Amino acid sequence: MTASPASAPARLLRRALHAPEADRANALPAGAWWLWALGLATAASRTTNPLLLGLLVGVAGYVVAARRTDAPWARSYGAFIKLGLFVVALRLVFSVFLGSQIPGTHTVFTLPELPLPDWAQGVRIGGRVTAEQLVFSLYDGMKLATLLICIGAANALANPARLLKSLPGALYEAGVAVVVAMTFAPNMVADVVRLRTARRLRGRPTGGVRAVAQIGLPVLEGALERSVAVAASMDARGYGRTAQVPAAVRHTTNVLTLGGLLGVCAGTYGLLAAQGAVYGLPLLLAGLVVAMAGLRLGGRRSVRTRYRPDRWGVRAWLVACSGAAVAAAMIWAGAVDPEALRPGVVPLTAPVLPLWPAAAALIGLLPALVAPVPPSNRAAADRPAQRGKEQA
Amino acid sequence: MIRFERVSVRYEGTERPTLSGVDLTVPEGELVLLVGPSGVGKSTLLGTVSGLVPHFTGGLLSGRVTVDGRDTRTHKPRELADLVGTVGQDPLAHFVTDTVEDELAYGMESLGLAPDVMRRRVEETLDLLGLAELRDRPIATLSGGQQQRVAIGSVLTPHPKVLVLDEPTSALDPAAAEEVLAVLQRLVHDLGTTVLMAEHRLERVVQYADQVIVLPAPGAPPVMGPPDGIMKVSPVRPPVAELGLLAGWDPLPLSVRDARRAAGGLRERLAGAAVPVRTGVAPTAGPGPVVAAERSRPGRLARLLGRGSAAPVTPAAADPVTRVDGLGVRRGRVEALRRVTLTVAPGETVALMGRNGAGKSTLLGALVGMIEPTAGTVRVGGLAPARTDPRAMVRRVGLVPQEPRDLLYADTVAAECAAADRDAGAAEGTCRALVSELLPGVGDDTHPRDLSEGQRLALALALVLTGRPPLLLLDEPTRGLDYAAKARLVGVLRGLAAEGHAIVLATHDVELAAELAHRVVILADGEVVADGPTGQVVVSSPAFAPQTAKILAPQEWLTVSQVRDALEAGA
Repeated sequence: MTASPASAPARLLRRALHAPEADRANALPAGAWWLWALGLATAASRTTNPLLLGLLVGVAGYVVAARRTDAPWARSYGAFIKLGLFVVALRLVFSVFLGSQIPGTHTVFTLPELPLPDWAQGVRIGGRVTAEQLVFSLYDGMKLATLLICIGAANALANPARLLKSLPGALYEAGVAVVVAMTFAPNMVADVVRLRTARRLRGRPTGGVRAVAQIGLPVLEGALERSVAVAASMDARGYGRTAQVPAAVRHTTNVLTLGGLLGVCAGTYGLLAAQGAVYGLPLLLAGLVVAMAGLRLGGRRSVRTRYRPDRWGVRAWLVACSGAAVAAAMIWAGAVDPEALRPGVVPLTAPVLPLWPAAAALIGLLPALVAPVPPSNRAAADRPAQRGKEQA
Repeated sequence: MIRFERVSVRYEGTERPTLSGVDLTVPEGELVLLVGPSGVGKSTLLGTVSGLVPHFTGGLLSGRVTVDGRDTRTHKPRELADLVGTVGQDPLAHFVTDTVEDELAYGMESLGLAPDVMRRRVEETLDLLGLAELRDRPIATLSGGQQQRVAIGSVLTPHPKVLVLDEPTSALDPAAAEEVLAVLQRLVHDLGTTVLMAEHRLERVVQYADQVIVLPAPGAPPVMGPPDGIMKVSPVRPPVAELGLLAGWDPLPLSVRDARRAAGGLRERLAGAAVPVRTGVAPTAGPGPVVAAERSRPGRLARLLGRGSAAPVTPAAADPVTRVDGLGVRRGRVEALRRVTLTVAPGETVALMGRNGAGKSTLLGALVGMIEPTAGTVRVGGLAPARTDPRAMVRRVGLVPQEPRDLLYADTVAAECAAADRDAGAAEGTCRALVSELLPGVGDDTHPRDLSEGQRLALALALVLTGRPPLLLLDEPTRGLDYAAKARLVGVLRGLAAEGHAIVLATHDVELAAELAHRVVILADGEVVADGPTGQVVVSSPAFAPQTAKILAPQEWLTVSQVRDALEAGA
């Protein structure tokens, strides 16, 4: 009664947009998160403006904070941030010691220069370090770091194994093999930790190079044994079962796949080698189509079906498109106003935040509104507290 | 359902076949139990059913194994996947995907079942195994029992006619084991699934078996028969059968229920006899009573400890070996331990029990200094273990971890011993002497990897004992041990306790606790919920009572040997 007719659709819209709690049925496809993250990464690659880069990192970080689960793979985000900081530091160190091509007038300090023979012309070790050069390397490092952090965000938000579900049938088994091989690494890390603590039981110090050297062999042995065990388990559970297909289909598959790949190679070469641009693109596209047909036909040999594949719903499109929109806006801004995206270092100027690209970067926050909310950890954290109260 | 025809298996580089002369038939819809000492070829026999032996492991199989008419010589494991479901010893090595629901679906995906069928079966299996709450959880975050249930569920979804399980309950606490066994029984009864299962813990499984196959020795032909018949002649027996034989019950009961029905007479005969309760010996109220008890009744103590004469305990050693006060440990948000208080006196054996994930291993870790307490204090020999140099700690406390292999780095037993002497600052040859005592007949240049599970445990125990620590901790020592190895371990630990070592064992094995422990501490959700003499704590608990106690309750008999002694004394 009291609701006016105009607000009813608005309320409906708000209810539709209000993100539900995440479960298996409404989980976003891993591909959507990756497209979103790659969109942000593309945007980051178009600018060296530290303010814009910082904004992009903030956007990615906010979405991760709002939507990641407490699964083991979601904990990798912190590692990616550390890696990013390391890249920035490394870039600066190299610039300080190896010099830079950037001409500059503001000398910050001078390192003793290592005299080098004539044939090493153009290489410099030590010498004058200018503010321009440092700022340039800082911007450059920040760009790389932002790219890494965007990839880390995708890694934290989407289970890498779920990406497998989107592979065509013919490639699925290769994909599983890759994923199983990848679990080798985390398992090995776990083994190292376990064996290092076990060293304590023998009364040996747990740190140091010797400790690592001594446990190296048992760790490798253990990891190898486990891989063999997983392979046995996969075999016993039907991994690699194939359907009988007529010989003609098999041959056609081979011809199509090989031919398609050749076409892709030739087409790529044509595109890259300045003269062949005319036939390059059509050849590449034709090669892709033929190869896809080959993969599709090859999928017939595989009998596998898929359990609850992720669905591309409205939310998935919104997430993927928000990333793409940020990328598109940044590319467009780069064409219109390159100065704003690449603040000058010679002469040194303070970077300003260009309004429209910054606003566009904020579109990347959309997933924090529309993606389903993972079941909160708060519920789990509350339970012990309650129990404690009951006892009190 | 499964036919073995003159099957023998020989691996490359071995002199004699691992299995030979296996000639038997497993009928459809039966639960068949495979028993025998370690290293007798049980896993190999199970492997021949799924085709992993010899297609995956190599080796030479002669004779023929057919499952539902399919010959494993011509069918690879993957072509048997719709017929045979296999779960190995280590559930973690079984998982291909990383969430529960995906894992349950994996086998069906490989077989190409229709999506709606897969969905229905996953839901059914989640309910059947009580996994519905965990469906979205990453497998790595589950407890051992939950992982075992997921592993069984993951092979159930393709509806195999045959289920092959290698020690499915060894790693589980009693309650979780009951759960898994109840599920297996339901499968056999309701779906007519044939189950072939190897298990050392007979007391848990023998009552559910329709047939038992005994592999007496490596290469010896197996014997198959109904459980009660086999248990009369088998070298390994659960306590319930042991008690039945002792009392001369016929037919031989295999379940506690059957035994209780027959036990009326025995209870009357025992009513007059005093239960040799260890409460008199167990120093529950601190170190004082130990000394007093030992002085006043040396003969009984000696008999209890299975030793000719009790080793003298010096009064100075009677201070508690370890004192834990209000201990709390947090891992991230999880409080693994809360307000745990515990004192252990020299010569005392304490069993830590509780379900998987209750904090037993964490408590041992804190005692040995691997885990730093977030609240409260831990003192071992007067020192805080986490802040003391490991080299000083080895002479005060020793832990044999769940996986004894973690302690072994060298490639010969001799090198391992030399290193242990150096680590502990002990005289040269100390460790080797211990190894000869605990592990007679193992050569100096044996590779630790070639030892059996029980031998490896003994080697790890010798390494840990080299530092002569007054406090000895063992984490799940009987996992994967057969009865003979377990009996040897019990003898060794009793001897150590008699010498004045304080022993703390974290275990799911109620029979072991009943044999060894003076005191039982039960942990739940990181808190101590019971702490008292074994007899009192264990008899009142349905989950932690040993079979003898269940049969003879309300009398507080814990082990068959106690009953035997009492009967002999009375006779």
